[in-house]
Amino acid sequence: MNQMKNFSKGLIKDNPVLVMLLGLCPALGVTTSAINGLGMGLATTFVLLMSNLVVAIIKDLIPNKVRIPSFIVVIASFVTIVDLVMEAYLPALHSELGLFIPLIVVNCLVLGRAEGFASKNNLPSAVVDGLGMGVGFSLALTMLGAVREILGSGAIFGYNFIEGDLMLAFVLAPGAFIGLGYLIAINRVIKKE
Amino acid sequence: MAKRESTFINMFLTLLIVSSVAALALGGVYMATKGPIEENQRRVMENALQEVLPDFDNDITSDMVKVGLSPGDTITFYFARQGDDTVGVAVQTFSKQGYSGLIRVMVGMTPDGTIMNTSVLGHAETPGLGDKIEKEKGDWSYQFNDLHPEQVNLKVRKDGGDIDGITAATITARAFCDALQRAYDTYKKEILEKGGNQ
Repeated sequence: MNQMKNFSKGLIKDNPVLVMLLGLCPALGVTTSAINGLGMGLATTFVLLMSNLVVAIIKDLIPNKVRIPSFIVVIASFVTIVDLVMEAYLPALHSELGLFIPLIVVNCLVLGRAEGFASKNNLPSAVVDGLGMGVGFSLALTMLGAVREILGSGAIFGYNFIEGDLMLAFVLAPGAFIGLGYLIAINRVIKKE
Repeated sequence: MAKRESTFINMFLTLLIVSSVAALALGGVYMATKGPIEENQRRVMENALQEVLPDFDNDITSDMVKVGLSPGDTITFYFARQGDDTVGVAVQTFSKQGYSGLIRVMVGMTPDGTIMNTSVLGHAETPGLGDKIEKEKGDWSYQFNDLHPEQVNLKVRKDGGDIDGITAATITARAFCDALQRAYDTYKKEILEKGGNQ
């Protein structure tokens, strides 16, 4: 498969959040600010990349009937590594993202790519796919976070340009759904062209 | 390369090897990050102590008393001293009445119980509403400074107390008062009435 196409499909055409609607729990939960969305996106990208890499390497050694438990162990290990490393070196971001980091384990996006793509394709394709999906996921989360931060608290990446609170609803849960809905709509318009 | 057969022994060995490798890797990462994580937690605690207490010259993190209220719930007292004088006491307290999860607060008090300053150690209140208890998000918590819990009613005005609530986050404000009241009550019962702070 053309690797460029393989990478870019994660951005627009098959964007994990905006098209496949996978991983919505963190996408709605942590995106109260752009930096949170970006942090969550990067953490997930690392897990996606590493789990796709390892799954592509071990896929022929794993008997078919125990493949899912094996993949989950691989994914859970990388998530725990991310969790520990973030707590050690990025404590501020770690306390913001909190519970959502361990929850990357059950992000259906990660297992979906391991089972649906990495276990059926060769190593380079799997790595490129993991990277593309991760970048697409990060982009979607950062955009959603930015929209909510701008409309909700009049700031972007923590930089305040309007004092006080604007539309508080955008910081709260409803804003996540409304923002996500509009992002999906915009993505569909772009895809059509 | 052909897929391996799903025989019992193959499945057993595969899962055994996969989990062992994962366990080894995680053990390594855990040991490598243990130091920095403990260092971070210690720094958060020390910053909070310095924020709520006047200057002190003792090793405060070891000059402390833990009081268990019920299993799992402890309140910790840290004594700030200059020479032989006790200049203040920091109480690590909590409230379970928050809107979501535990609210943990460090309260600095003079030896007689007057609140000097407060610092939120951790909470999971609603962003934009309840998180105004943090100093970075609002001035709300400064109103407690210089109050003595026996001279004012540590309740929000809605409940007949003397404390201004937080708009749209009364539950959080209530919980914060609850945490401070618990800090003072425990201090009075466990430290003052048991013969001072030595």
